[in-house]
Amino acid sequence: MKGRDLTELAFRNLREAILRNSLTTLGVAVGVASLVAMLSLGVGLQTLASQRLNKSGLFDAVFVTSKRGMRGMNGDGPRPATTKTVKPEDANPLDEAARQEFAKLPKVTEVYPQVRFLTEVRFNGGRYSTSVLGLPDSSRANGTFDGVVGKAFSSPSAEEAILQSEFAKELSAQPATLVGKEITLRYAQRQQSSSADIANEKDIDQQMDDMMSGGISIVSREKTLRIAGIIDTDPSAGIGGFGGGRVFIPLRVAEDLHVAQPNDVQEFVRTGGSGKPTYMALTVRVKSPKDVLKAEQAIKSMGFNTFSLLDATRSLRIVFTVFDLFLGLFGSLALTVASLGIINTLVMAILERRREIGVLKALGATDRDVRSLFFAEAGAMGLLGGVAGVTLGWLIGAALTWGTTMYLRRQDLPGVKISYVPWWLAGGAVAFAVVVSLLAGLYPAGRAARLNPVEALRYE
Amino acid sequence: MPTNQTSGQASNQTLHQDREQPLIQARNVSRQYRLGEAIISAVNDVSLEIRAGEFVALLGSSGSGKSTFLNLLAGLDRPTSGAIHVRGRNLAAIDSTELARYRRDTVGMVFQSFNLLPRMTLEENVELPLRLAEVDRGEREGRVAAALEHVRLGARRQHRPSELSGGEQQRGALARALVNRPSILFADEPTGNLDSVNGEQILLLLREIQSTLGMTVIMVTHERPLAERFANRIAVLSDGRLVSDGTQAPEDVGTGLQPDRCPGAPQ
Repeated sequence: MKGRDLTELAFRNLREAILRNSLTTLGVAVGVASLVAMLSLGVGLQTLASQRLNKSGLFDAVFVTSKRGMRGMNGDGPRPATTKTVKPEDANPLDEAARQEFAKLPKVTEVYPQVRFLTEVRFNGGRYSTSVLGLPDSSRANGTFDGVVGKAFSSPSAEEAILQSEFAKELSAQPATLVGKEITLRYAQRQQSSSADIANEKDIDQQMDDMMSGGISIVSREKTLRIAGIIDTDPSAGIGGFGGGRVFIPLRVAEDLHVAQPNDVQEFVRTGGSGKPTYMALTVRVKSPKDVLKAEQAIKSMGFNTFSLLDATRSLRIVFTVFDLFLGLFGSLALTVASLGIINTLVMAILERRREIGVLKALGATDRDVRSLFFAEAGAMGLLGGVAGVTLGWLIGAALTWGTTMYLRRQDLPGVKISYVPWWLAGGAVAFAVVVSLLAGLYPAGRAARLNPVEALRYE
Repeated sequence: MPTNQTSGQASNQTLHQDREQPLIQARNVSRQYRLGEAIISAVNDVSLEIRAGEFVALLGSSGSGKSTFLNLLAGLDRPTSGAIHVRGRNLAAIDSTELARYRRDTVGMVFQSFNLLPRMTLEENVELPLRLAEVDRGEREGRVAAALEHVRLGARRQHRPSELSGGEQQRGALARALVNRPSILFADEPTGNLDSVNGEQILLLLREIQSTLGMTVIMVTHERPLAERFANRIAVLSDGRLVSDGTQAPEDVGTGLQPDRCPGAPQ
């Protein structure tokens, strides 16, 4: 029999016993739906987790410190063995030149120092001691400012500040009203004078001071910034950036302030004041976590200490793979039950349609024709059940996302998309349903094909 | 009155004595069933030759083995021993696919209980053998219509079997048997579920088909008067054995249909 005739007859037969076949198809659909819902949950949670991890800036970044001096922000950890082989004096300085070099490496998207300093905020006549953290431009793209009241920085060099909500509450009982108002930061600026500057200094006392201070002086400065927004969560600026501040300003603005940093003093002690400014640490952002290793190796070979959380992402991926496997397993159990339903329906159909099989055979249907017909019916149930199941699974996922979002909103937290049905999952689930249905149809179809036509025709 | 003769005396009286090779040649055919410990011989060492164009009635009482023998000739079953040659091919020796092809291409079957598929319309039922034979869609419609016209059911093509009378159902079954243009038509008690008027109509149709299309008709019946009226050869079975086989002149009952009542009949 030709494929088209076979399909027509199969769908016709399914239509005729509509109730029973619909129930069986529904069974397949529920099985597929549970599979899809489980896996979409797995995929969704994995996507969510990696999004959050990317936001944290921990897994696509290499943290670089100089081998020269302080251990930097990872100073609590064991000092890398390589530091013993290079004398601190000979190591490359982590200065502007090094920063430019890092930025030229492939897959590197951003290189930035960590700028954090203590400040006194003046607002409405009040004085508040707090810390300021410079946020890199990339923090805007990776969702650091999700859930901000007001707006994110209007540009990477905008003279604006975003306040952490707890701090905002200190400034005003109604924090939301702060947006658009101005605050003044007081901070210590590091000033460096060249020897020419010192020579030209007219005030002899000042000239003496400059010479004595080795060309570095620390001056008290003020900066007025507009409040752009208020944020609940604690935006991180990458490794070492946790809990970094309560007032956030664009990193470029923070750098331009030339705030005195602890390493300025260290550098002064080491070089007697003749050195150029260096960074305590630099964060090198790469395109994706998989680019971390290459960047890290390249920077190491340039003679710097590096640190990344690459291993952490690897083990995380293993955890999610196992998680997906288990979810898929539970989903498949439901589909297995559904396939028993298909077997049952088709075996019942054989009993019921014995005479029909006999007639078909008497009219010249081969064993293969009969087998194909039952097979096509099983496949059709699988196909219909698969498509319905994917739709149902997607709806379940959407409902879960909706429910979770409602719950989180009640807890004053931003909603998340916890279920996600990618195309490969939808297509794979339908294909899986068809394959399982065909396997389920294997026995009934074989049995129908083997029926003796004389006995089948005798059956009332 | 028709006369019955033994097989040895039959040849000079046969209607188609001038035809050379027999179409069907059954030699020492037996069919045994195992029923628990017992072995039942439904057909026991039957030999029979049927020539093309004959109308043979297999006559016998219930349990005589006539239907079993018909099933063997129609390729629905295989003999336990013996050989059945149809056009030189031994049905007992070919595989099940070949046997199915034989049923599809050479054989048309009509049953006592009509066996139209209840879920399909009459038209779809008649189309079924054409689907199995993979006949082109464009050709099917015309052949189905012609077959239905032949049995005067052109107007009922969209009806389901449950909406048809017994006689109409059997005529529909006949159309289904004819649509694939078989060379042998097997009818197993075709009048068994019909009243005498409808039964007679079916047999007239069979006769008409046999005479106008030159088709070989083999019919199982337990009603001797019907066999004598319509068949030109009667083979009697009893307890699985062939007890008599003779040609006879059937009554001149005319054909089943007047030409104006069967437009579009295949010629």
